[in-house]
Amino acid sequence: MAEFVLEFEKPIVELESKIRELQNLSDSSNMNVDEELSVLTKKVEETKKAIYDSLTAWQRVQLARHPSRPYSLDYINLIFKDFLEFHGDRRYAEDPAIVAGFAKLDNQPVMIIGTQKGRNTKENVFRNFGCPHPEGYRKALRLMKLADKSCVPVVCLIDTPGAFPGIASEERHIGEAIAVNLREMFSLSVPVLAVVIGEGGSGGALGIGIGNRILVMENAYYSVITPEGCAAILWKDRAYSAKAAESLKLTGKDLMELGIVDEIVKEPLGGAHKNYEEAAALLKKAIKKNIDSLKKMSGEELKDQRYKKYRSITYIKES
Amino acid sequence: MALFRKARYSTLNPTDKREDQPSKKKEIPHGLWEKCPQCSETIYAKQKEENLNLCPRCSYHYPMTAWNRIKLLTDEGSFLEFDADMESVDKLQFEGVAPYLSKLEENKKKTGLKDAVVYGTASLDERKYVLAVMDFRFLGASMGCVVGEKVTRAAELALKEKLPFVIATASGGARMYEGMLSLMQMAKTSGALERLDEAGLPYIVIMTHPTTAGVTASFASLGDLILAEPGAMIAFAGPRVIKDTTQAKLPEGFQTAEFLLKKGLIDKIIGRKNLRNELSLCLEYVTSSCKVHSAERGKAQAK
Repeated sequence: MAEFVLEFEKPIVELESKIRELQNLSDSSNMNVDEELSVLTKKVEETKKAIYDSLTAWQRVQLARHPSRPYSLDYINLIFKDFLEFHGDRRYAEDPAIVAGFAKLDNQPVMIIGTQKGRNTKENVFRNFGCPHPEGYRKALRLMKLADKSCVPVVCLIDTPGAFPGIASEERHIGEAIAVNLREMFSLSVPVLAVVIGEGGSGGALGIGIGNRILVMENAYYSVITPEGCAAILWKDRAYSAKAAESLKLTGKDLMELGIVDEIVKEPLGGAHKNYEEAAALLKKAIKKNIDSLKKMSGEELKDQRYKKYRSITYIKES
Repeated sequence: MALFRKARYSTLNPTDKREDQPSKKKEIPHGLWEKCPQCSETIYAKQKEENLNLCPRCSYHYPMTAWNRIKLLTDEGSFLEFDADMESVDKLQFEGVAPYLSKLEENKKKTGLKDAVVYGTASLDERKYVLAVMDFRFLGASMGCVVGEKVTRAAELALKEKLPFVIATASGGARMYEGMLSLMQMAKTSGALERLDEAGLPYIVIMTHPTTAGVTASFASLGDLILAEPGAMIAFAGPRVIKDTTQAKLPEGFQTAEFLLKKGLIDKIIGRKNLRNELSLCLEYVTSSCKVHSAERGKAQAK
């Protein structure tokens, strides 16, 4: 299968294929191409740096949605061990758009809750493109409460375009399911870490996102609405998606400045999809550091800090 | 086969005629008369207003302004507004089609409100409570920092004064001009309601037309009781989004209060004419037997 290449990734891919051609040529004909190779390699590095240092918000959204990007289960496999997945909301059904269960971060037990996309059509039908129904949120809450009982920190990996907009979803009260999660996550006495690893799609992301700390990966985004949706509403034209992405302030850097996000998790150059192991190692380090520091707080302190974190997000004018 | 030789279409020039002849339709002065969207009856606007904004013929529930709603649900002169001067700011310096600040000015002028929520303390049949009311006319009562902050402060006021909290909701959802700050208000309001719940204080929601998106997915769905007005649209995702995403045919009456009563979300649909009395009765039931407040009861038991 040909690799999926984003528009702005093309100059890099072209240079890289030239390098491969040259290498093949030198292998087969014993020609000395070292000089050309070193020039080209240098150029690739420069081009990469130039491109990835100045990514626009819209380009980051595209990276966050890159079909080769690591998903929750990829990180779970690379970072944790002994993952014990649990299923079902005890009310209606199992929702494969959210995976949840105990796992060990080195020797620290945690409860992982993660939205899960599919890698191909078949998987996406199964995972509903990472868009949970109410059952997903109810399962997540059930298991977060188990974590609370078990004195085990909760790690939420967020990667969803949003909660599923469908008839069944509405009939079983997706709004209520999310609302209850928001309220109940404030009552947890264990550390809760929310990490946006890809797409942070509005209420669907927030529904498992009430953390003591919120982390966003370098090329992830977190937004109240998709740039396309915002463009369609405010500009009446989806062609304005790039402008909407800029205006919405949805990148990690923007959200740090607004005081919403606590930390940006670095990714390998070119994005997490270029090197799963490196991306996972960087994420593991960030999760570990935050869990270790949150574990020093008491249950009451954790609840209080979590409440104050969201309570303070207020930009208003009072005379 | 005569059928196929016949011209299938004949051409008319209706546009030419329309320009030549004055319209036969009577011009109705704007605002004096209007057509009811439910029964299509032409109704006298003043008559509707004197009738709690209900269609005199079919009782269609037109949206109500915040102040009229407050009048409906409180003892005369009992409402004491809090944070009346709170206003939105353009933190994101949102560069939309129209700048956020000019949208705000336009809506302030149109409604006489500073933003989409009014809250304070009031009494109903001499029973004191905290009331917050959303006004859909103000930017679709979308939730930005001011809406989130006022709802949060209202819940905190109820907690401090140990009063029941009632909110009449209506909202188009998030205020896009405030981006992620808007989404975070869902978290903030739900956090405040967690504290209210923990303290054992009752919280009653009255969902009015339309209650949607981020408000549905936060404080509107968290009521100990969820009441709704007849015909109110109540939804998380809008019908167009659902149609576009799933290509499904939406069931009859989908996302109305009546539909959601059947599906188990709503406790009771109450027509506006009975709303005052029934809310009063609800407040009586949830408060009058508590001689000692439930939070203190809990503490006493713990000892």
